[in-house]
Order: sequence, then C-alpha cells, then structure tokens
Amino acid sequence: MWKDKAMRLLMLSAASTSIFLVALIFIFLMKESAPFALKPGLGALIDRQWIPVSFVQEHFGILSLVTGSALVTGLSMLFTIPLSVLGAIYIAEIASPVEREILKPFIELLASIPSVVLGFFGLVVLAPLIKNLFGLGTGLSALTGAMLLTLMAIPTVITLSEDAIMSVPRAYKDASQALGASDLQTIFQVIIPAALPGIIAAIMLGVGRVIGETMAVLMVTGNSAIMTWSPLAPVRTMTATIAAEMGEVSFGSLHYQALFWIGLVLLAVTFILNVIAQRVLVRYGMMK
Amino acid sequence: MSRRRSEQITYFLIRLVMYFIVLVIGYILFDIVRHGLPALNWAFLTEYPRKSGSEGGILPAIVGTLSLLAGTILVALPLGICSAIYLSEYAEQNRFTAMIRLAIITLAGVPSIVYGLFGLGLFVLFLNFGTSILAGSLTLACMVLPTIIVSSEEALRAVPHGYRDASLALGATKWETIRTNVLPYSLSGIITGSILGIGRAAGETAPILLTVAAFYLPRLPNSIFDQVMALPYHLYILATQHPEADKVLPLQYATALVLLLLVLGLSLGAIIIRIHFRKKYRW
Amino acid sequence: MVETSPFPADTEHVITTSKVNFFYGATQALFDITMDIPGRRVTAFIGPSGCGKSTFLRIFNRMNDTISGTRLEGDVRINGEDIYENGSNVVRLRRKVGMVFQKSNPFPKSIFDNVAYGPRIHGTHDRQQLAEIVEKSLIRSALWDEVKDRLETNALGLSGGQQQRLCIARALAVGPDILLMDEPASALDPKSTIRIEDLIGELRNEYTIVIVTHNMQQAARISDYTAFFYEGHLVEFNATKKIFTKPREKQTEDYITGRFG
Repeated sequence: MWKDKAMRLLMLSAASTSIFLVALIFIFLMKESAPFALKPGLGALIDRQWIPVSFVQEHFGILSLVTGSALVTGLSMLFTIPLSVLGAIYIAEIASPVEREILKPFIELLASIPSVVLGFFGLVVLAPLIKNLFGLGTGLSALTGAMLLTLMAIPTVITLSEDAIMSVPRAYKDASQALGASDLQTIFQVIIPAALPGIIAAIMLGVGRVIGETMAVLMVTGNSAIMTWSPLAPVRTMTATIAAEMGEVSFGSLHYQALFWIGLVLLAVTFILNVIAQRVLVRYGMMK
Repeated sequence: MSRRRSEQITYFLIRLVMYFIVLVIGYILFDIVRHGLPALNWAFLTEYPRKSGSEGGILPAIVGTLSLLAGTILVALPLGICSAIYLSEYAEQNRFTAMIRLAIITLAGVPSIVYGLFGLGLFVLFLNFGTSILAGSLTLACMVLPTIIVSSEEALRAVPHGYRDASLALGATKWETIRTNVLPYSLSGIITGSILGIGRAAGETAPILLTVAAFYLPRLPNSIFDQVMALPYHLYILATQHPEADKVLPLQYATALVLLLLVLGLSLGAIIIRIHFRKKYRW
Repeated sequence: MVETSPFPADTEHVITTSKVNFFYGATQALFDITMDIPGRRVTAFIGPSGCGKSTFLRIFNRMNDTISGTRLEGDVRINGEDIYENGSNVVRLRRKVGMVFQKSNPFPKSIFDNVAYGPRIHGTHDRQQLAEIVEKSLIRSALWDEVKDRLETNALGLSGGQQQRLCIARALAVGPDILLMDEPASALDPKSTIRIEDLIGELRNEYTIVIVTHNMQQAARISDYTAFFYEGHLVEFNATKKIFTKPREKQTEDYITGRFG
C-alpha cells in the first residue's frame, strides 16, 4: 500500500509542475524586467519611438510595435475568419465522409509545417508576388505577414470551429428541416447561430496564436518600427522585436529589460484571450 | 434565379474556399519539394557546412535538432504522462484540479518567443546552464508539456471504465490497476499525441533562438552544455542573414525540405502508429 | 424489520450490516439498512432502477470507494470483521469478495492472462501453478471445454455469454469466499442467461453469492433469499419462496405483481 501512496504522490507532483511553471514564467519575466519600472519608469514604454540603441537619446516606446502587431493580426483575421468558418462548415456539414477523412489530416498537416518554413516560403515566393502585384519597393509588408499568419491560424480556427458546429445537437437540425428549411438555411440560420460561442472562442484562440507568432512575421514584415496603419507598409511586431534584438543586447541593460516588458505584454494578452475563450467554451458546454 | 440555383452557387463557393486552402497548402509543399530536392543529396546531409554555410552540408544542424528533440522527449514525456495519469486517474473535482487545468491551458497559450525569454531568464542565466542543449531542451520541454498532457489524458480516458473496476475488484491496488490495465491500452494514443507535439517542437525556432542555437558552428556537440546549430535556426540565418542569400537559395530550399521531412515524418509516423494500434484494441 | 427470522437456526451470517446510510455527495442513496446475509446461499437483491440495490452490493467490496464524494455511515462486517474500519486492508478484502459486473469486462488480453491476472497480482508467478489455477477456474465456470484449445487467443473474441463466464472464472481464480454479481445476465441472450443461472446453481454450495437482478423470474429461480429495495430502503427481506408467494409488505407485492417498476 505504501507503494500505491508513493505513486499517487509522484503523479500529483508531476501534475503540479504545470502550476509551478506558470508561476515561474510570470516570476522570471517580471524579475528580468522589474528594474525598468523604477527607472526610467513604465511611462517610457508609452512612446511612439523605439530607438533602443542610440548615442544621443534612447527611446523604448513600444506603441509602434503594438500597432504593428495589431495591424498584422487584424489583417490576418480579415482572411482567417471567413476562410476558417466556411472551411469548418464544409468539413462538418457538407463534405462526404471520405472527404472528411482526407481533409482533416490535411489541415493537421498545415498545423505541423514549421513557422520558419512558412516564413521562408513567404520570403522567396509570396513577398516578390506582393511586390510586383502592388508595384512596391519591397514585398516585405504587413500584408505579407498577415497572409502567412492566416495559414498558421487556419488549423486552430477550423478545428475548433468544426468541434463547435459538431456539438450542436442533431435535434436542432432535424427540427429545422422538419419545418421545411433547406440544408443551407438550416446551416446558416440554426447551426451557425447555435455554434457561435464556440466559433468566437476558436477565433480568440486563433488571435492568441497569431499575436504570439514570431518567425514568419520576423522574416516577411520588413521590421521597420514605424507607426502606420497601411497594410502595404513594412511594420515590426512585438514578437519580431524580441527575436531580432535579444541576441545582440547586453544582459541586464535597459534595452534588455524593455524586451522583457514586451514579453510580459504578450504573455498578458495571450493569457487573457485564452482564459476568456475557455470560459466561453465551458459556459456553453462546448468543452470536449 | 430560383432558390435552388442560388443554394447550389453558395455550396459551390463554400467548396471553393475549402479547396482553395487545400491548394495553398499543397502548393507550398510542392514548391519546397520541387526546389529542395535537386540540392538534397547524401553529402548535404553528412557534411559540415563551409564558408558560413555557403557551401557544404548541414550535419551539425541535423545532429543539433535531433539532440534537442531527444532532450525534450526525455524531460517532457515522463512529466507529461505522469501529469495526465494524475488528471485522469486520481484527480478529484476540486479547486486544486481546476488550478492545474487552468495552468495547462495557460501554458498552451504562451507564445513561443515568451518561452524563449523564460528559458533565457531561468535556464541560461539563473541556473547558469548557458546557451546549451540542456537549456534549449528544457525550454522546448516546457512548451510541449501541455500538448503531451492533453493528448495523454485523452488516451487514458478512452480506456473503458470496466477494466479499472474489474482489476480493482480482483484486489489489485490502484497503481497496479493503472500499470497493468490502463497504461498498456492507452500507450499508443499517448505516443501518437506526444510525437505530434514533439514534432512541432522540432520545427520551432523562437524558443531556441535565445537558449541554444548557434549561428555557425561547424562541429558536433560534446556535451549537453554545448551550443548547437539547429535546422530551423539555420534556415532562418541562411534566408535572412546570409550576405549572399540569393546565391544560397538552393541550400535554403534543401534545408527547408529536410526540416519539413523531419517534422512531417514524425507526424506521419505517429498517424501510422495510431492506425496500427487502433486495430489491436477495439472496444 | 424482520420480526421472525427466516433463517434456519444453524445459519451462519457471513455479511452483516447495521444502520447503513450511504451518500453520493449530498444525496442520500441508502437509509438505515440493517441486514444479515447467510453464508453459502444465494441472496438476490431486487427492486426498481435507482432503488440502491447495486450501491448496497458495492459496499461489500468497497467498490464505492472509487467514486469520489461518497460517504458511508453505519457498520458493515464480513465474517465479523469491520471492513470500513480505519486501516482495514481493501486489497485483502477484495481477494475474499469477488465481483462480476453487469457488462462483461474481460481485459483485452489472452484468455489465460485474464484468469491469471488476479493470482499474478497477488504474487503467484509460477507458470505451472498458474496453469492449474486457470484450468480449475475455467472448469468451475463451465468454460473450460469451449476454450481449452485457445487459451492464448484474445478474450475479446469470445461471445457475450462466454465473456461473462470468463469474468466469473477470473473472479474465482483469486479464491474468494463471497461472490457479488451485479446483474450478471442482463446484457445476455436467453440461452446464455440460462447457462449463467445454471452456473450459479453449481457454485451455490461453495460460495456466498449475492446477486442484483431486475429480473424477478431470475431471482425466483436461483435465489434462496430475496431482499426487496425501494428508494434506498430495505422494504422486505425473506426466504425467496415467501417473498414471491406471501409478501408481507404491500410495496413488495405491488412490485412483484408488476404494478410498478
């Protein structure tokens, strides 16, 4: 019996690691970034200029990085939402069983393509295409990044939306059809509204994934820290800034601390999106 | 235009969207295979890079990525499986369990670059492992842990409850029951889910950027405290930092292809295991 | 409750319970059940679904312990020993009290490994010894002739009735004194049901058998004593013959004549 108790304790401690890890992540991000809050103070982050290395005056304003992330994410959602929701409707309601069995692993396949490979594809194929299409000086733009991010978000959003659609009780569909509604009317007037909370949660999780994505945007968005809302302009996201600059920064410097602050902001945003999405899923009984 | 006609058009449009997505994925894979295959040969896989990667092979990057994978598996697999066993077999519905679940969901949503920052802060600097295989593996392990837990728990829960009851009723202890009548039947599911998660780790760049990856290091690692090159990082460097990026395009494509083959190979292997074992245990 | 004892004077009561109350969380499932179950006889529990008969059965081998949030009050003794006493050994209890479930649940292992599972868990690893136990158990459960040539094949290949007899063999292999059966034939076809009933008849002199059933004909056919449960209460417990011919309680009579249930 002592062995039984020991094993239980072992499993319990393993499971507790997750809690421990979350705490550690928050603690270490705060630990590395904390001194910045005292001097120069958090107000320094609220600035339009990000000039972390300068002989004259350094600026650690993350606003242009935040808008960069927001622009790329927003654009990408403009593509992701219709594509994924229609894709999910197709897989869940229209595709034949054989088609489903082929399409689902294919979507899974997309999820496992490394982001650096997608970034590479974007760099050598997509960017030149965008450049020629719009007659730009460079194809490295918010739009190019958004298109790649769409590819990264699609598997998440399609799969979760499909789960949501599948979780709509069969009886709703039967009732609608019994009233003489066509299949299509049933889909758009009964099934989608019923699945909406799950689809919204799926989109939120997709946004979380897109905001946190690093390599693809680092490679194709042009990385210029300028505040802009133009889709065809080069931008720089929060994630790309950390990835590009952390390698050359001296540990413990203000620049280093500012990069950790960006990490904290990212962590907070994705954490909130995640928690809200889970709440929605649990509330509407769509948690698997 | 009749209602029927307009419905047919709508169906057609939805199908078009779906197959557009499929086409794009297909084209990306096709493009990488088409351009990568010509430059891919035995020498490329087994030689050291020369002239900052302008010539030669990618052996150190392959070895680096494989050693990172091994490290990740060694840490994340036991931890993940044990966590899943706790959640599926022992956990009661209480606040503590809810906290564990919230933590797992949180971990699953943490951006990969934030894992990189965390790994840098904890493993590289605080624990003084330096930029090393050890620090990189631990960082990747943290990242894949939630995936392994979730898929393992699903596999454990798929084992019919009757086996547990029957085993307990015969006088087996809880642990004996889990070891002999739950784990063996769920192992295939656990392995499948874990490989899928770990395969994704193999392709990740952001977490290793700050914790292990070497820009250019044409030799093999001697210990877990060594830096290594890694396939994804190598591709990133060749594509964006190389002074003659256009000239080495074939090498970039070949590197991308090797990385893709590794990751998709792992996923494919997982799917084959799943099909094989599905036939064995049918309940 | 039982004014005149239905048991012969020399009856040895193997399971005795006194004022047992049982709770699933805040919901009380059993109320003040006091009952003495005789050894080496077949006792049937009958009653409508949800009356608590299965819950009561699972108290005897502490299977309810596996459900979180359950709570037991009162005294449960097997051979005089308080099985819910602190420090009481559940593993030892379950070796003495075997159980057969409603849905046959052979492990997805070979027939041999299924029957040998219990003995192995309890420390028997000698192949020769195991083979003897397996053969003896399978003979007792009337399955030996059908499976002796394919002991190494997967048990899931057996028919439903054979699977259930395998589960009985598996329970017998541990060497229990008491056999708890939770609607063992409810998922089987009539022919397989008869075989299980015949088997119970053969085992009745060696084991104390407690069987839960929703099939009143079955209770009448195979049991010596019958207890009728209703909404968590033990309504009547008597010799089976008495219960089915001259029930004392109106509720029992209504149930066995089919007015509710």
